[in-house]
Amino acid sequence: MKAQALSLDKMGRTHREMSLANEETSLEVNDLNLFYEGGKQALYDINLTIPKQRVTAFIGPSGCGKSTLLRCFNRMNDLVDGCQINGEIKLDGHNIYDRVVDVASLRRRIGMVFQKPNPFPKSIYENVAYGLRIQGINKARVLDEVVEKSLRQAALWDEVKDRLHDSALGMSGGQQQRLVIARTIAVEPEVLLLDEPASALDPISTLKIEELINELKSKYTIVIVTHNMQQAARVSDYTAFLYMGKLIEYDTTDTLFTNPSKKQTEDYITGRYG
Amino acid sequence: MFEQDKKISLRQWFKDGEAFIWLNAAAVSVSVVAVIGLLLLLAVRGFGHFWPADIMQADYQLPNSAAIRVIGEVVESEQVPVEQIRGAGFAIAGNQPFVKRSLIKQGNRDVTGLDFAWVLNDYLSNISYPETLMAVERYEWGNFYGYLTGLKQAGEPVAQADDKTLWQDFEQRIQRAAGLHEQIKQIEKSDIGKVNYQLERLRLQERGLELNRSLSASKRAQQKSDIALERAALDSHYQVLQAQLLALYEQVNRDSFTAETMGGEQVEIPLAHVVHAYQPNAMNVIDKSWAYALKFWEFLTDEPREANTEGGIFPAIFGTIMMVLLMSVMVTPFGVIAAVYLREYAKQGPLTRTVRIAVNNLAGVPSIVYGVFGLGFFIYFIGAELDQIFFQNALPAPTFGTPGLLWASLTLALLTLPVVIVSTEEGLSRIPKALREGSLALGATKAETLWRVVLPMASPAMMTGLILAVARAAGEVAPLMLVGVVKLAPSLPLDANYPYLHLDQKFMHLGFHIFDVGFQSPNVEAARPLVYATALLLVVIIALLNFSAVALRNHLREKYKSLEM
Repeated sequence: MKAQALSLDKMGRTHREMSLANEETSLEVNDLNLFYEGGKQALYDINLTIPKQRVTAFIGPSGCGKSTLLRCFNRMNDLVDGCQINGEIKLDGHNIYDRVVDVASLRRRIGMVFQKPNPFPKSIYENVAYGLRIQGINKARVLDEVVEKSLRQAALWDEVKDRLHDSALGMSGGQQQRLVIARTIAVEPEVLLLDEPASALDPISTLKIEELINELKSKYTIVIVTHNMQQAARVSDYTAFLYMGKLIEYDTTDTLFTNPSKKQTEDYITGRYG
Repeated sequence: MFEQDKKISLRQWFKDGEAFIWLNAAAVSVSVVAVIGLLLLLAVRGFGHFWPADIMQADYQLPNSAAIRVIGEVVESEQVPVEQIRGAGFAIAGNQPFVKRSLIKQGNRDVTGLDFAWVLNDYLSNISYPETLMAVERYEWGNFYGYLTGLKQAGEPVAQADDKTLWQDFEQRIQRAAGLHEQIKQIEKSDIGKVNYQLERLRLQERGLELNRSLSASKRAQQKSDIALERAALDSHYQVLQAQLLALYEQVNRDSFTAETMGGEQVEIPLAHVVHAYQPNAMNVIDKSWAYALKFWEFLTDEPREANTEGGIFPAIFGTIMMVLLMSVMVTPFGVIAAVYLREYAKQGPLTRTVRIAVNNLAGVPSIVYGVFGLGFFIYFIGAELDQIFFQNALPAPTFGTPGLLWASLTLALLTLPVVIVSTEEGLSRIPKALREGSLALGATKAETLWRVVLPMASPAMMTGLILAVARAAGEVAPLMLVGVVKLAPSLPLDANYPYLHLDQKFMHLGFHIFDVGFQSPNVEAARPLVYATALLLVVIIALLNFSAVALRNHLREKYKSLEM
């Protein structure tokens, strides 16, 4: 693990003293329990805070509930029949599970990128403009501007600027995933949820996505789920380890990987199970 | 030993699946052969009819009876047992088991009473194909076969059989009559039709005035006099047209020709009755091909004559396409909306499942049941209500309370609704969940996701449903007989009179036309080739409608091809 910690520094990550206590809070999870249909419990008493403009990673073995927890943040679990959620999640101090919350506008504030690239069968331009058109923005000048800005932020502009009106389905998997990221940041969310964004991609595309995450964190709060521990170590500032639906340990990435306080965490990151 | 080997190898043969492959291939081959065979049969039987066949002349002498001359086209020949012929009262010598007989189309129904006659080939002699024999297609009494012997103008002979220019003169006069016919048709159908239409409108207005009790006496009198004025204008216009028509009729009836029939009688036939005249024995292949093309074109674009057994089938083609298009316009939105509710909004449970099963089973209800339902519900209930509310002026004559294009399209839309619902649902269920989530995650509501992502992607499936619906609807006859199709419609449901598309009118349909011509016509033998030709045309039209829908679907598929998920 030492070697990995060193390699982190080699990647040029700014190294500074970090602690959750010093961070501004973006999302706050209090006593969250989640049940799927038939009373099967998937999350147990989750309590954690997601710091603003940092990258927070959720790691853990398959089925530990890390994706489920991520999907709680933008209420994607509402789509699952029979899913019941107790407890609260606060975004800037307001519970997002409150009755008065409009789910559509919540999702505009908390964007999400999925495991497999899912561009719409439309042109590249229309994919990025989709979120704006939904909001009723149809002015060509505004759209052009936002599309270019978003594609630049997603480091895709130079590759696609000559074929904006070609189908998005003709792009490579890595480009598609960056397009999806561009589409998500086009609506200017506060939080970006990334659900294993690079797991379906080749190593070079993965690297590009990771670089992109590094650049985006100055503007957005990022929560990333990954089953690749090296990736978590490379891109995140904070890491949470989940196991069997429970939050086992949550700390700065450096601490969690180099000096975990729980035996289960240590077993997992040293590869004894998972 | 050998037996055992064979047994094992046979078992092996089945085990490998070789047998199954052969079975599959055989099934496919049988289907292909059946389809191609059917199309070929229709094409050969149907399209041969338009070829100007040679006209045979021969002497026909049965034993113990006088010799007669037969003139006509040989339609078909067959071998029949001699016993059968003897049983029919012919004394046939010899002991051969079979004799050959031919069906001759002798035409001249006005003279001989029968279009067709069987002759025994053994008793035909002096068979020849004289070049001066002519065939004349007429507006009445079917074809005429015989020799042209003279032309008359206003009752006075102007040309004789030995004139060199007789045939040319004859053709010129036919051309002239055809031109006059065109003018007459124009006036009758279009000009007088328009006047009649406006007169009918005035009548309805007047009736409306009588029914309207709230109108003051002075106003009523005022409006009545307005109507009377308009009517007088229309009447005088009608008189003018009528006079024109009379003059044209006089002109067209000026000429006539005399001809000799196969029995040797001289007959005089007005040129106004002639559609075409030709001398097939004198025509070469190119002339015949040209005549064939003309006749075929006439078949496609003309109106039927003589109780549908002659002429064209244009109104039936038009009616079929019109009805199918209207049906598509009605069934697609309705079916798609129903499917969206069932798949996207309804809570999936026993009730939804029951509804779905019920919808699927609707596809299996016999079509005549839909016809009866359409008649009872759409026409006698909804149509009658509509008449009460909107068309009271026309009562007691029904406007929508009688079979018509609208009700036929609606009935077929109902009949094909299950197909559209089922395939749309199938399409909706195949849209990847990831795409819906992608849209929702961007802040779109469910409805926005549906409109912008899901429905466009499901459009190829909707097209599949529509293709199946069109295929089923275009070939349906039974329910249509109850809800709007007639043997002969006086006018097309689309014309130049406001409101242009007449949904309340009755119309003709190719499927019903086949039934009518083939089984209800007074002259089945003459109409049989038309049945084949019409059937092939119906198949072609359904295929064309389907191909265009398939092309549209492929285009949509290409556009919305989903990710490999």
